[in-house]
Amino acid sequence: MLARATTWWTILRISLEERLVYRGDFAIGTLMRFLPIVTQIFLWLAVFDAASRGEIEGYEISGYGYSDMVAYYLLAMVVRAFSSMPDLALGIALSIRNGDIKKFMIQPIDLVGFLLLTRIAHKLVYYSVAIGPFALVFYLCRGYFSGWPDPDIMASFCLSLVLGFLLGFFMEAAIGMMGFWFLEVSSLLFVYMLFNFFFSGQMFPLDFLPAPWDTLFQLIPLQYLAFFPAAIFLGKVQGPELVNGLLIEAGWVVFFILVSRVALRRGMNRYSGYGG
Amino acid sequence: MSIIELHGLAKSYRIYQKKEGLRASLTGLFQREYRDVHAVRGIDLTVDQGEFVAFLGPNGAGKTTTLKLLSGVITPSSGTATVMGHVPWLRENAYRCRFALVMGQKNQLWWDLPAQESFRLHQQIYGIDPAAFDRTRDELVDLLDVRDLLRQPVRELSLGERMKMELTAALLHSPEVLFLDEPTIGLDVIAQHNIQRFLKHYQQERNITIMLTSHYMKDIAALCNRVVIIALGQIMYDGSLTGIIDRFSGHKVLTLLFADDQMPSDLARYGEVLEIEEPKVTLRVNRDVVPEVLSSVLANHTLQDISVEDPPLEEVIAEMFSVSQEEAVEMTNTE
Repeated sequence: MLARATTWWTILRISLEERLVYRGDFAIGTLMRFLPIVTQIFLWLAVFDAASRGEIEGYEISGYGYSDMVAYYLLAMVVRAFSSMPDLALGIALSIRNGDIKKFMIQPIDLVGFLLLTRIAHKLVYYSVAIGPFALVFYLCRGYFSGWPDPDIMASFCLSLVLGFLLGFFMEAAIGMMGFWFLEVSSLLFVYMLFNFFFSGQMFPLDFLPAPWDTLFQLIPLQYLAFFPAAIFLGKVQGPELVNGLLIEAGWVVFFILVSRVALRRGMNRYSGYGG
Repeated sequence: MSIIELHGLAKSYRIYQKKEGLRASLTGLFQREYRDVHAVRGIDLTVDQGEFVAFLGPNGAGKTTTLKLLSGVITPSSGTATVMGHVPWLRENAYRCRFALVMGQKNQLWWDLPAQESFRLHQQIYGIDPAAFDRTRDELVDLLDVRDLLRQPVRELSLGERMKMELTAALLHSPEVLFLDEPTIGLDVIAQHNIQRFLKHYQQERNITIMLTSHYMKDIAALCNRVVIIALGQIMYDGSLTGIIDRFSGHKVLTLLFADDQMPSDLARYGEVLEIEEPKVTLRVNRDVVPEVLSSVLANHTLQDISVEDPPLEEVIAEMFSVSQEEAVEMTNTE
């Protein structure tokens, strides 16, 4: 067990070092992602202003006032920082297509575990760069929040973030593994991202959705990638509903762990060893 | 004691045949044409502990496919194979800890980091004892003369230096079987020579089993005591390198250096004239008639020097491959 932990730590450490090679580009890319915040704040201001005919104070859309809306958007951004997996699926499919995956097939290493650790390293570097801008944005926008939530809500929020990270990882890993069958997964990924865009809640709270769409988002796991954790923080999901939500989220994580594992095993057996 | 055993090992691929043009692309969305490619057609082979075996063959002959099967990267269509008692495509960790595969065209090291980081990762992945790791790494980097490059990012190494690092990484866990797929591809003559010298030394010292594919005859001549020629997915020859000439070449090359002004004009009667550089001539002579030709030449002319040699190995093998390629076209047409 200790040996395995040392192996994981080495993979994590080397992945961190690799991430830090292109730290300049990484830092610029990370910081640029904060720019849309300003436009979103103004966009929702315009929406509320038009909808309330200038009486923004006390005006609500589906239970969200203007401050709730900005707070929701900022929280969704934090959640997405955990659950989004840039280039994961495309990277897996590319390594299948160009044959780089072969090295994982000949070495006594678990590909999924390896990818998970490299992704954790990716995220850790991202957070270390982004924590300053995040803190600044939340400080400047502190007026949109009604204070810190209770410790148990905060703990649930943190748990949902971790589960959101795992869910995002294993869903994209499963899509990447489809590369064993289709070689190219960019179209499949496009469809996934399209659904993700609407049904994860990254653009607006999902309780805005009318029937039957509100049922659809309950049935698919995408809400756990943005909406659900943000709703926990804002106190929109509480009590048994919160516990159920976390359990279902964990269930989806387990489901996609299994899907990615089965896809990897079956995919390897039908692999043609491309690329010389 | 045999360490690698292959019985009737075969691998076929079903490959999509795309026709040219946009219309064909659109049609291909609904109706696809496939062709079965038989990369390996039932190979039987036994390799003993400590052998250094070369796989020779033209492109597409099935050499790399065989190595991929033996390293567990792909699963065969039929047949069986065991390496050190393991079935490769079951990909058991117990097996993966006992062999290594080095591919000349694939980089297995972390591109942006110094090779020493990849080595450290290998130590962990293969569970190598730290003291043994330090000892093996130091020995390998000294033998390959790359100690000074350990801290340099892999992307900044030359092709030859990178291959040396690849070999170091592959040998850190002291594999008992090593598969080398064109390890000297693209390297200059000096780098090729360095790699050859290292492999020869390492194999002799450790008595490990190595299977090598290469297009460079010098690799094979320098390293391998056994050559397996594979073409059309089948083994065409299995034996020593010199045996290839005995078996596949019916000719000898005669070089005659005539004494001053003695160059005859009717050289063609002795054999096929390959080159004339007065007073020297090179002839290709049928192996069976070499003694008669020699006695006739000596009886009729005054010579300064004479030599009888086998044709260059490359030439014999190239001839053999061109015959097998023609057969391949015929086989494809009849399938």
